Amino acid sequence: MIRYKRELAAAVAYAVLLVVVAVTAPGFFSAGNLRDLAVNNAPVLLIAIGMTIVILVGQIDISVGSQFAVASVAAGWLAKTGVPISMLLPSVLLIGAAMGAVNGFLVGRLGLPSIIVTLAMLVAWRDGLRWVTQGAWVQDLPPNFQWFGLGQTVAQWLIVVSALTMLVIFGWMLRNVGAGRAVYAVGSDGEAARLAGIEPRQVISGVFVLMGALVGLAALLNAVRFSNVPANSGLGLELKAIAAVVVGGTEITGGRGRLVGTLIGVALLGTIGTALTFVGINPFWEKAIQGVIILGALMSDAVLGRVGRLRMAEKTL
Amino acid sequence: MSEQIASSHSGAVLAARNISKSFAGVQALKDACLELKAGEVHALIGENGAGKSTLIKIITGAVQADSGEITLKGQTIVDHSPRVAKGLGIAAIYQQPALFPELTVAENIALGLEQAKLWLRINWGRRRRRAADLLARVGAKIDPDCEASELSMPQQQLVEIARALGANARVLIMDEPTASLSEEDTQNLFAVIRQLRAEGTGIIYVSHRLEELSIIADRVTVLRDGRTIDSRPMSGMNRQQLIQLMVGRELSAVFPKKSAEVGKVALELRNLCCSQTGIRDVNVTVRAGEIVGVAGLVGAGRTELARTIFGLTPADQGEILVRGELIEISSPRRAVECGIAYVPEDRRRHGVIPELPISANIALASLDRLSSSLGMDFKRETEIAADYTRRLAIKTPAIFAPVATLSGGNQQKVALSRWLATRPSVLILDEPTQGIDVAAKAEIHGLMSELAAQGVAILMISSELPEILGMSDRITVMYGGTIVGSFGRTEATQEKILALALGHRELGDHYRFSGTQNDSLQA
Repeated sequence: MIRYKRELAAAVAYAVLLVVVAVTAPGFFSAGNLRDLAVNNAPVLLIAIGMTIVILVGQIDISVGSQFAVASVAAGWLAKTGVPISMLLPSVLLIGAAMGAVNGFLVGRLGLPSIIVTLAMLVAWRDGLRWVTQGAWVQDLPPNFQWFGLGQTVAQWLIVVSALTMLVIFGWMLRNVGAGRAVYAVGSDGEAARLAGIEPRQVISGVFVLMGALVGLAALLNAVRFSNVPANSGLGLELKAIAAVVVGGTEITGGRGRLVGTLIGVALLGTIGTALTFVGINPFWEKAIQGVIILGALMSDAVLGRVGRLRMAEKTL
Repeated sequence: MSEQIASSHSGAVLAARNISKSFAGVQALKDACLELKAGEVHALIGENGAGKSTLIKIITGAVQADSGEITLKGQTIVDHSPRVAKGLGIAAIYQQPALFPELTVAENIALGLEQAKLWLRINWGRRRRRAADLLARVGAKIDPDCEASELSMPQQQLVEIARALGANARVLIMDEPTASLSEEDTQNLFAVIRQLRAEGTGIIYVSHRLEELSIIADRVTVLRDGRTIDSRPMSGMNRQQLIQLMVGRELSAVFPKKSAEVGKVALELRNLCCSQTGIRDVNVTVRAGEIVGVAGLVGAGRTELARTIFGLTPADQGEILVRGELIEISSPRRAVECGIAYVPEDRRRHGVIPELPISANIALASLDRLSSSLGMDFKRETEIAADYTRRLAIKTPAIFAPVATLSGGNQQKVALSRWLATRPSVLILDEPTQGIDVAAKAEIHGLMSELAAQGVAILMISSELPEILGMSDRITVMYGGTIVGSFGRTEATQEKILALALGHRELGDHYRFSGTQNDSLQA
């Protein structure tokens, strides 16, 4: 329990929300509504998984929303040009990873600050896409694009299970595999990591590539839910993902945090809007309440004394 | 691992030949040489800025040399990096603990030891057991599962030592390993070093505590201004000779405390308690013109006491009087207003802001005086900075140079200048000369005498007994968060102070230390 105290605040908040909804609007728990919520939030979860790792390594990626749009449109175009459905996934993963590699090169290799680099890429990908598509949606997709031609029920399961599988795999790897621990080490103290024989630049580059690939996966799983691909998808996605990561107890300065928390963060922020509607509160409050939740997470940070660096500094003064 | 066979072979396990390195035009090393034999403890000494740290970093691959070669068992190391060094069995303890604050002790140790196998599963049980074994070897009582951020400075140092031990290195480099260790931990470390030496490990040992070297070192290499001055057996070298080699001139006295006229009581503590940090019932008076030394082991509460006086962890009981006036110190700001200044122990983290220029660092505690409604008076800031740079002989090309570019001793002078600029009546110095070279040390001691003569009351915390004895008019000894004894300048001896510091109250008058340690302390 102590080990999970960082995630506890978000878990408690989520439990409270569910109890309130259960009492006031039990209709929220209908199978259809829960399934819709899960399917809607699966792409966000995938991106939040990548974002957690980026933040753990001490960086940030605010270009994911624009990458998402590029990958979505690319998925649509590829399908239209006759790329078989089975080849869509590897293609889109590759496109995502390539976009991530641009960030990885600029941040990891050249050592540029990630917030500026990814801000530039946020603008570049988004406006590049606007210029190429002229704002037009990708329409007339082949019939087997939507739901991968598998039918809605199966495909919905596939989307949710894919996201959760990624969560489990990366959660396990972060804890139990050398590369995962290297992420924590670099995020905790890059120079100490270098002296310990880890190459921080490689780790950082790799994490950005992974982030891009996860964006690709999320974009594809999201795109197949509809019969056409809008050119402006993924707006504000970076903020959703970062908020979920922070609410889930990951330290924004890196080195500390777990994917369990991110799952709770995504669930909490992803359901609050719908929950409000069910309870009868004007959904215009959604964003404001999300803001309060983010601040609350940071404040519980301070109260629980989770800000390790400060603590360390005080000890040694 | 790319290695080439080099033709020359001298029997040394590690040799650095004609190493040169310059940083931004400043020559840090010039044809420096060092030869380390297996099974020897090789002391590397020199003033700060002499190039010791640079040489060490070149040997461990953390920094690339401009020219020269490093050979290990006669083989030249090419494409050097910390990763290569690890593979070759070169391990190092750096002066500043390089731990990961967010990770557990066990993992910190493991990350330093395991070759990063990125895609293999980690054996947590084995990591934990190994950490526990290594920590036990250095005599540290630290839970392998606790986070490094929860450790005190000496504990961090012990974890570093444990990590270096586990490397089973052929070459082990220790840069000021005892800087923050207690006497007991230091003795444990020496025992471990002797054992490693017996097993054939070559150890490079950097320390400013010259008295340690005669205990532990076999040979000594002296660096001065980036060049190797001499390399000779340690036996037969005394402290005076070492100092002479380091500075290139004879120093008449390392601790020149002049007697000053003692004035009124400037600082008085009455039954001061701070439950948060374990300070209890502290009674101290410091008069204007007086230096009161605070001795004690690490963890005795000396720094905690300073922090309480300065309002960082405000007292919850007892009284603080400054110049006879009862005051409540709730924050450092209040302390500064009352004329108290505190130069903290951890210079790089708390004493100076390395990225800022010297001028801004010196002005930082006096911003109120330097600003008006129109903004900062930068001309005045520059004047003040120039004034202190001159008075304290801070060696720098320009007062706008970032403090990070200065050597340790000069950084400490900047930290001191910042507080002198507030014109304090009470000056608290926490380990004022830790990790700085002999010449800068003598300068800082001279400055302390001068300040005392000007009527400043100085409370000096120090772990170096010769410094305590040389500088203090009166000496108080702390143990377990409170003061366990006080001595006048004439009646204090190292044995008495140590006995009290170790908690042997009843033995205070006749406690004796055995053998080498006692001899060395008198050296």
